[in-house]
Amino acid sequence: MSSPLQMNLLSPADDVWSVSDLVTTARKVVEAEFPNIWVRGEVVGCKAWPSGHWYFNLRDAESQIRCAMWKLNAQRAGKPPKDGTEVYALGKPTVYEGKGEFQFVVARMLPTAAVGAAQQELERVKAVLQQDGLFDPVRKRPIPVYASTVAVVTSVAGAVLRDIITVTRKRWPCARLLVLDTRVQGDGAVDDLCRALRLVNRLSAVDLCIVGRGGGDKEDLAAFNTEAVCRALAGVRVPTISAVGHETDVSLTDLVADHRAATPSAAAELAWSDSRAVVRQLDDLAARLAGALSGRARLAGERLERTGDRLHSAAESLLERRRNRLAHLSSQLDALSPLRVLVRGYAVPIDQSGRVLKARAAFSAGLRFRLRVSDGEVPARVETQSE
Amino acid sequence: MSTVADDLKRLEEIVRRLEGDDLELDAALALFEEGVTRLRAARERLASAELQVQKVLEEAGGDLRVTKLDA
Repeated sequence: MSSPLQMNLLSPADDVWSVSDLVTTARKVVEAEFPNIWVRGEVVGCKAWPSGHWYFNLRDAESQIRCAMWKLNAQRAGKPPKDGTEVYALGKPTVYEGKGEFQFVVARMLPTAAVGAAQQELERVKAVLQQDGLFDPVRKRPIPVYASTVAVVTSVAGAVLRDIITVTRKRWPCARLLVLDTRVQGDGAVDDLCRALRLVNRLSAVDLCIVGRGGGDKEDLAAFNTEAVCRALAGVRVPTISAVGHETDVSLTDLVADHRAATPSAAAELAWSDSRAVVRQLDDLAARLAGALSGRARLAGERLERTGDRLHSAAESLLERRRNRLAHLSSQLDALSPLRVLVRGYAVPIDQSGRVLKARAAFSAGLRFRLRVSDGEVPARVETQSE
Repeated sequence: MSTVADDLKRLEEIVRRLEGDDLELDAALALFEEGVTRLRAARERLASAELQVQKVLEEAGGDLRVTKLDA
């Protein structure tokens, strides 16, 4: 008998692949293996077909690969690059099943020279802004603790504004947002942004300015890396937050602004205090206010008593008037939150002279007292004093 | 119109003065009254909250116009 290997070679009929199966499987394997990747190479033989698609090769010293760029992307790219142009091509490798051909489907192409020029311009702008001190930490202004009105420079069409509104509604619902609608990418974005940032200075009662856009690839953030926009941002007279791009993208406006937020939502979190914390703070202030006044009244009373007999009757009537005013104010004080607890079902026991009974020892058997509840008082008596 | 921020700032100041300074009772009462008014105003402002979203436009003549933006 022959070995199993030989058996397979000799009788293929049971386990044979069709060409289509092979090519389809190869395509699936290739597509699953590669994400979108950037490939650097030289364009050769780029031809725009009547269908609108482009076909060309990318090559380096050792290898080449067949490339296709579909109509929509080709239209966006403009004219086919000349032979020999060195490019970065973004795309996905696949297998063209019709010809069983390994192929790179390109979505975008950037001439390396243009990328180099853009990078150079970025470095130049960064250097001059740095030179002028626009990134200096000492320039950074703090965010106001309780902002009321915030100017937002962004596109009303984008998700940025929606995110900011959502967070604002949650944190500081009595806020006012003044939106300055601008293009944030492409032609006109730089002019729009500069104009909007200058307009912020003409608005009265603005506490803070957020400039933002959603995340995007490098080119789409270009406006936020221009010298003009950075200088306009530095010229804004209220503290600024730059919310451009996402966590991984940093723009020059992020460096110029007083604060940087990774996302528009984060910018809104920075901009607004939490109204629930402020309500707690108001409760605290109400309690301190009440406490401080009773301290004051006691001091003033003692002082009046010391002024002697001659002034006694005059002082008495003055004191009386003040007592009345105090009583009136105390009733207002009831509206403040420390006494609001009564509404929740608590009661305060008070003895005949108006003192609050705080400890068990104060309740002697038979003692008559009053229970203060939310809407008045209830007479009460201690039946027996427990042990 | 004062803002919640104004109210909070003034309230802090009032409480500090009432707790610390050597004040005449009349002055103290006046401060207290103002404090109560400010507290009430701030609470009402926070409670009756409605977010305003407005769009700022620059007109041809350079004037600014503020319009409501449906959020």
